[in-house]
Amino acid sequence: MRRTFGLEIGTGLFVLLGIGALFFLAIETTNMNSLNTGSTYAVHAEFSDVGGLKQGAAVSLAGVRIGRVTSITLDPKSLEAEVTLRIEDRFNQIPTDSSASIQTKGLLGDQYIGISPGGSLKSLKNGDTIHFTQSAIVLENLISQFMFNKASSSGGKSNGNQ
Amino acid sequence: MAASTRSTTRRSRTGLAAFGAAWIFFARVVSLFPRACMRPLLVTEQVYALGNRTVPLVGFSGFFIGLVMALQLYGVLGRFGATVTLGPIVAITLMRELGPVISALLYTGRAGTALASEIGLMRATEQLSAMEMMAIDPVRRVIAPRFAGGVIAVPLLALIFSMIGMLGAWLVAVVMMGMDPNVFWGQMLSSVKFYDDLVNGIIKSIVFGFCVNLIAVYEGFHALSSPGGVARATTRTVVIASIAVLALDFLLTAYMFRGV
Repeated sequence: MRRTFGLEIGTGLFVLLGIGALFFLAIETTNMNSLNTGSTYAVHAEFSDVGGLKQGAAVSLAGVRIGRVTSITLDPKSLEAEVTLRIEDRFNQIPTDSSASIQTKGLLGDQYIGISPGGSLKSLKNGDTIHFTQSAIVLENLISQFMFNKASSSGGKSNGNQ
Repeated sequence: MAASTRSTTRRSRTGLAAFGAAWIFFARVVSLFPRACMRPLLVTEQVYALGNRTVPLVGFSGFFIGLVMALQLYGVLGRFGATVTLGPIVAITLMRELGPVISALLYTGRAGTALASEIGLMRATEQLSAMEMMAIDPVRRVIAPRFAGGVIAVPLLALIFSMIGMLGAWLVAVVMMGMDPNVFWGQMLSSVKFYDDLVNGIIKSIVFGFCVNLIAVYEGFHALSSPGGVARATTRTVVIASIAVLALDFLLTAYMFRGV
């Protein structure tokens, strides 16, 4: 009995250490705790271009994370991207005329939805829609526009010289 | 049963035949899983022998790998001014790849060899045949508990490896290099995903656990009854299990992280 007692304690400690490691990793290093923080409410927004926005992306107001994107689908009628956001319940004072824009963290970072609060006295509720939206700025489009302008202006100049 | 045992003691199978035989053996061992759990002490003994005793090795390896990764990344990321991504990179690398793969490889070297040579020696000294004479199925009494113990141990070892690796990275980044601890941990919270990164890593290590332990018990059980046979079984365990783990890792990665 004494022999198996130490063995059982040791094995138990080992299994506990492993499970402890799982909890440590889940809580300290993953988005686990931000996935299930209390109750949330859903808000919809339509964008003409979501760019590289992904499911699970952050929703932030004034730079503070207040929720996340839960689904991105295409509305078959309006042919616009319909994005569902889940915002934490404690942020329930967001005015209905707030605007949502797709922004990028840094130059090449992840895309997220930034909310700029409006001035309405009514606040957004579950199932509401944000009407003022600004689509993602697609860097490639900007660059190609810039290059096109540059090329056409310099092309015109060189033609003029000849 | 008797005929097949005799044939395996005479010559060891190679190639496709070994692969097929291993699957049949695997099915048998897995079908005995519930039976093995009916005698928890046998399994506990094996978890202790295979798992507990491997903790120091896995812990030290994880610690030093965490240290080295943080040290290297701190320098390289510093060139781009991107040291804030150090935490997430270390965490994702450890959970997705290094934790499951390196702990499976270390486990093969530390415990898989022990399994193969122990069972091989039982075969060589005819202990397995003696059990059969006493109408005790050696697969049920010897193989199944060892297999179950090993399968339980490997994912736990991978988790311990990742956790200690993170602590090593923290030590270098925060304590040595003076990085802000809130940046180090906070960046992870927002960019490391629970299901994509951690759960997939655990699934990987469960698959590796099955694979490595199966190869070890198969090679041991089918070892030739000679000193050379035991040596060969041990060597083959390390070689086949290492290659299998790395190849499976590629397949699992290709499947799990298609769009992530």
